[in-house]
Amino acid sequence: MSRRFSLSRFWAIVLKEFIQMKRDRATFAMMVGIPLVQLLLFGYAINSDPKFLPTLIVDADGGPFARTLVQAMTHSEYFDVLDVTTEDGAARALKLGETQFVLNIPVDFTRRILRGERPAVLLEADATDPAATAPALAAINVIVQSAFARDLPGPLRPLNGSAGPVDFQVHRHYNPEGITQYNVVPGLMGVVLTMTMVVITALAITRERERGTMENLLATPVRPSEVMIGKILPYIIVGYVQVTLILLASRFLFHVPIIGNLALLYLVALLFIAANLAMGITFSTVAKNQLQAVQMAFFFFLPSLLLSGFMFPFRGMPEWAQVLGSALPLTHFLRVVRGVMLKGNGIAEIAPEVWPIALFMLVAMFVAVKRYRQTLD
Amino acid sequence: MSSDLVIDVSDVTKKFGDKTVVNGIGLQVRQGEIYGFLGPNGSGKTTFIRMLCGLLTPDAGSGTCLGYDVRTQQADIKRHVGYMTQKFSFYEDLSIRENLDFIARIYGVPGRHEAVEGSLKRLGLHQRSHQLAGQLSGGWKQRLALAACLIHTPRLLLLDEPTAGVDPKARREFWDEIHQLSAGGLTVLITTHYMDEAERCHQIAYLAYGNLLTRGTVAEVIASAKLSTWEITGPDLPALAMRLRGQPGLDEVVAFGNTLHVSSRDPVPAEQTLAPLRTGAHRCRSIPPGLEDVFISLMNTARDNFK
Ligand SMILES: Nc1ncnc2c1ncn2[C@@H]1O[C@H](COP(=O)(O)OP(=O)(O)OP(=O)(O)O)[C@@H](O)[C@H]1O
Ligand SMILES: [Mg+2]
Repeated sequence: MSRRFSLSRFWAIVLKEFIQMKRDRATFAMMVGIPLVQLLLFGYAINSDPKFLPTLIVDADGGPFARTLVQAMTHSEYFDVLDVTTEDGAARALKLGETQFVLNIPVDFTRRILRGERPAVLLEADATDPAATAPALAAINVIVQSAFARDLPGPLRPLNGSAGPVDFQVHRHYNPEGITQYNVVPGLMGVVLTMTMVVITALAITRERERGTMENLLATPVRPSEVMIGKILPYIIVGYVQVTLILLASRFLFHVPIIGNLALLYLVALLFIAANLAMGITFSTVAKNQLQAVQMAFFFFLPSLLLSGFMFPFRGMPEWAQVLGSALPLTHFLRVVRGVMLKGNGIAEIAPEVWPIALFMLVAMFVAVKRYRQTLD
Repeated sequence: MSSDLVIDVSDVTKKFGDKTVVNGIGLQVRQGEIYGFLGPNGSGKTTFIRMLCGLLTPDAGSGTCLGYDVRTQQADIKRHVGYMTQKFSFYEDLSIRENLDFIARIYGVPGRHEAVEGSLKRLGLHQRSHQLAGQLSGGWKQRLALAACLIHTPRLLLLDEPTAGVDPKARREFWDEIHQLSAGGLTVLITTHYMDEAERCHQIAYLAYGNLLTRGTVAEVIASAKLSTWEITGPDLPALAMRLRGQPGLDEVVAFGNTLHVSSRDPVPAEQTLAPLRTGAHRCRSIPPGLEDVFISLMNTARDNFK
């Protein structure tokens, strides 16, 4: 009878964990506080609409339309034209971060517009920090179109049709994917969950061991699976609180569109939270003390942050990094969150990302139960 | 006969690394007995108890506890044993009631609510049931631990130094309770460093350096030590003690308040050494050896043999 999973023993652990969580106000505050602080920090950077960004002009034309273009950009207040310079000088300034943008106006720009040849204009951007350049880049086409709409002489107005009189090209240097706020805020959900959920259970067993309560627990008939699942369940609720906070902030603070099915998102979040909690439990069966457990959690968090596609575009990473990243649940969860929230993906579309999370959770859980020692040996 | 043995193990050995902490110990404890486990610090008492209740796996040896095999049926043993750890090991951030309730749930105690209430009443913890266990004084923690160990009505109690740091009155009450439980058929294995507690046990065993040196009733243990003890009174005992130590035939010279206890395993040379004292300012008389004299003598012999 005691060999099988007992619901009442499992429930005893769950209740105990709840009481301990209730008593440990500081940790609980941290669990709610971390997503809020992260959102505000990231959100501030995203929400800011940087203006008067330093801009250099490389003008090989010198004609009136070149001046029209530069004037329109200055008027928009996004661009602060510093100087007119040479190609070499501009390239250096961009590299050194002295300027955010370089506008290259080709030879014969004015003449070719008048001939209707749609000359190419290249705007180079230092997109290292996409939050800095994104608003300006989003606005540039409208700025250019409306500038020429005013200044083109009557017979050439048709040129300003769908394609516009100039072929305006943007080249983002250093960060081609150009992550936007829509990308970051949903991604933050996965990052916050990874950060907090792994740590909280990584401490679960080591704390019992350090406080000496493990000896008592082991002397009772409680089974490893009852302890494990009993310790995971209360924190799933904490994870749900975090998910809800982030969704609310996405919607009402950052106005991120939520197109997809929220119930589906919560369902996958359950799996993802459980996967991270199981990972934490595994750490806590390996770690000798609480400090080690926290360090292990951190070493798990770091690659998750770096290789999941949250920080750097996933496709931009070398193959080995992609392989490593694919093993991490955060990588798949990010795709699910973005897919469901932004693209309105359904079960069929996210299925390829869900099973790796489930697999990860099962493996972590299996290792945890195997590693859980029922004796003090 | 053997069916009423609650603990029946033999040759139990435990090593940590290359250090043998429990060395081939055998122990038989009958139902309803209060069995005292004594021995100096680090002698292996806690380690032995942990092997009995399935917390450690013996490296060698075999036997049964409550009729279950100590090596293979640890899960069954755990259900019927109440183990009180040496260090307080309940949840300090849970209240007294919550701790008891947790344990009752874990053991699947029928009528859990009544069991918790009953145990709170019996231990006089009812008024403070909402106090966090971590805020209790040492003595009250011990009482809580005992209450928690008993809540699932175990058939065997393993108590590891349950009275360390407990005041004399509380200790007396504790022992009265242990005797009541024992009269009701509960078997108790208890470790202690107190001689008066050893004398309240039905049987005692003495360990040193992982070896079982002696066991039996208090009287048997004292008799089997074949120790002769003298009590010396008179002026300037510390100087006399210094002088007597190391003299032929004298094994132990220990100050006992205003007297000196001298013990010997070999009374003939000891009598010769002590003879001059009988004529001087000191008085010297033969007394029956106490348990403590016996234990100290055993420990010193063990040190010579096993170190
Ligand atoms: N997990 C362990 N790993 C290594 N050595 C251990 C371990 N547990 C106990 N020991 C060693 O085993 C020896 C016996 O320890 P044990 O706790 O059984 O002694 P004890 O008789 O209970 O002592 P005390 O009266 O101080 O409680 C000690 O030397 C101790 O250092
Ligand atoms: Mg001990």
